[in-house]
Amino acid sequence: MAETEGDQKKDEGKKIVHTYPLIRHSDMPEEIRVEAMELCVTACEKFSSNNETAAKMIKDTMDKKFGPSWHVVVGEGFGYEVTHEVKNILYMFFGGNVAIVLWKCS
Amino acid sequence: MPPKLAAPRKLTLAPKVKGGGKKDDESTTDPQDGQDDGWMPTKTLVKPDDQLQLNDQELKEEFTRILTANNPHAPQNIVRYSFKDSQYKQTSHVDQLAIHFALDGNLLHKDSDEAKRQLTKKQGVSEAISEKDEEEEEVAKKEGEEEEEEKDGEKKGEGEESATPDAQTSKGDKKLTNQFNFSERASQTYNNPIRERGTITEPPPRISYAANVTQWEIYDAYQQDFDRQQQSKEKKTIPGRKDEEKDKKKLTTVESQSDDVTRVARASKIVERMVNQNTYKEIAEDYRYWEDAADEHRDPQGNLLPLWKFQYEKAKKLAVTALCWSPKYPDLFAVGHGSYDFTKQTQGLILFYSLKNPSFPEYVFETHSGVMCLDIHPEHTHLIAVGLYDGSVAVYNVLTHSKEPQYFSTAKNGKHTDPVWQVRWQKDDLDNNLNFYSVSSDGRIVAWTLVKSELHFHDVIKLTMEDVPSEGPEGTQMEVLASGTAFDFHKEHDYKFLAGSEEGKMYSCSKAYSSTFLHTFSAHHMAIYRVSWNHYHNRIFVTCSADWTVKIWDISHQSDDPILTFDLNSPVGDVAWAPYSSTVFAAVTTDGKVHVFDLNVNKYESICQQIVVHKKKTKLTHIAFNKNHPVLIVGDDRGYVTCLKLSPNLRKQPKEKKTAEQIKPEEKLAQKIEYEIGKMEKILATVKTPENKQ
Repeated sequence: MAETEGDQKKDEGKKIVHTYPLIRHSDMPEEIRVEAMELCVTACEKFSSNNETAAKMIKDTMDKKFGPSWHVVVGEGFGYEVTHEVKNILYMFFGGNVAIVLWKCS
Repeated sequence: MPPKLAAPRKLTLAPKVKGGGKKDDESTTDPQDGQDDGWMPTKTLVKPDDQLQLNDQELKEEFTRILTANNPHAPQNIVRYSFKDSQYKQTSHVDQLAIHFALDGNLLHKDSDEAKRQLTKKQGVSEAISEKDEEEEEVAKKEGEEEEEEKDGEKKGEGEESATPDAQTSKGDKKLTNQFNFSERASQTYNNPIRERGTITEPPPRISYAANVTQWEIYDAYQQDFDRQQQSKEKKTIPGRKDEEKDKKKLTTVESQSDDVTRVARASKIVERMVNQNTYKEIAEDYRYWEDAADEHRDPQGNLLPLWKFQYEKAKKLAVTALCWSPKYPDLFAVGHGSYDFTKQTQGLILFYSLKNPSFPEYVFETHSGVMCLDIHPEHTHLIAVGLYDGSVAVYNVLTHSKEPQYFSTAKNGKHTDPVWQVRWQKDDLDNNLNFYSVSSDGRIVAWTLVKSELHFHDVIKLTMEDVPSEGPEGTQMEVLASGTAFDFHKEHDYKFLAGSEEGKMYSCSKAYSSTFLHTFSAHHMAIYRVSWNHYHNRIFVTCSADWTVKIWDISHQSDDPILTFDLNSPVGDVAWAPYSSTVFAAVTTDGKVHVFDLNVNKYESICQQIVVHKKKTKLTHIAFNKNHPVLIVGDDRGYVTCLKLSPNLRKQPKEKKTAEQIKPEEKLAQKIEYEIGKMEKILATVKTPENKQ
């Protein structure tokens, strides 16, 4: 899937690949949101080849900092419907092809 | 027993120091007994190396010591309080027991009671072994110990030997299997019943959220966000917009700052007054309570007590040109600052001081030209009419926070062409418009009316000099105007007024006739500085002039001769009637003196003449009495305003008639006025007669 996308971009020429973190949906307070976003960025950069370890790192860190229980999904293509505690969800894109969903539900 | 054991040990050391301590001497008697004892192993004495060597004779020498039963360390002067005799008494009986050594042993003498008791018990035990109790255990324990000792004792001495047979007999008895006997006991505590209780908290609110992650969605989202960023960048780059925003921010910050200041303004004002009250506490107390006791002895002379001194940094070089108490607040007064020196004209100042805050003016208004006179409206006390050196008049409003005058006369609307020497508010006209009059050196007396936002004027009269008609060029008659310097309106008939001129002429005028004067006379030889009607008597007025004199006039005389003339030996800057008496007035002279007169006391001399300036050459310019309090303020040409308190002699009041009936305040006032008029009449009568005779 990602390849086709990349091909398209190359074909059109003008298209630019954006890699900056983009928050798609979040109801977190400003401070936590920024911190969580930065954490996701570091995790995904560190484990760019392994989404599972990245997700694990995010989950562990969030559990430590903000209490259990956090759930993380890192992937390039998936669908989800989750129930989360209010003010505790972050849905963001990073690196142009990875989506991260991070929510709390204990 | 212990002392016995200790004795033999001492033996060896006894001869060590002969004739030394008392104790050592005591022991010297012992050796013979010791030698008799058979159990002593040898006679060899262990001697320290440094022991004194004595020959036989010396050894045999006897030292007798008498031993008494008295303890040498026991106090002999114990005194106790006897409640019976209620005094301290020496107690005769003192405990003489002194224990030098004590050692608890575990040996018992066979014949002692304790030993017998134990023996009997032991026998009892041997008879009935089955019965066991703690005492028995003790005995058994003792027994065991004794047995051990007995083994040693057999060797040691005969004294103990007697105990052994008993012990040996007991050995034959059946031994106890266990000398420590314990019985087991058990108990159980009460168990509390267990209950169950449950509660449930509301779970944290939850929401469901669903989304699909695909590569194209990610791409679209990035694209959308990127476009948005581009747009916002474009917006920012629009020139001018940014600056506007900045300006807005600045404005808001400025506004908020000013808000902050006003918020604390009231509190800071209170604090400022508190600080001032503390700083000038003594003066404040003088102002309220101090009455010069010396006045009784120097009657009728009085004096003035200087209280606060008001000054303001910006007004330091400016002369005080006008003083006016607020008609509403007894502690508030306005000061006009300007310059009387033609060559040194600068800007002017209007300051409002309160007696409560002598350190800083309450209000400050700056004017472009020197202030020459001012007047506070008697009813609308926030309005101040001001006359300036450049001939313009202005009305300031204290309530509006602007520093600019609310009304201002310009060359277009009838501005004077010379300094305005006096302004005075008048009663509202028929249309209920506020209005005031002004007199200036240009010879015009102008009435100013405040109509809405404008200042209307009309000339009331021109002070023409009839006797000096001068011819202008080409044979035309030129009107020569006298330069007016002062005026005052009659207290009762406010259409009548008096005007003084720089030439020393007095003009009695009426508002109704703008062309002629009711009466003209030359009052002084030099400029008249002030003319003032008496507060009580409606025919009497006072003038002061640069020709060193203060003159009192009766308007009905219509002559050039005053009733009374006072020479003060210096130009008189200002004169003012006291508000509390018809016969008291005060004048200030340029030599820095304040003169206070009471005609009722002395018609020829002042009752107080006092220098109130600190530096020589300081000229006093103006004076004003406070309406309510016995204080007056004087201004000098260095910008200082001094508050002075009148001593009791300067403000003699008529003695109140003691009447049983309560007098209404109005009647009281009427009585006072009547009395004051009567007082003046009396003086007039005494003065007139000699004049008439002449």
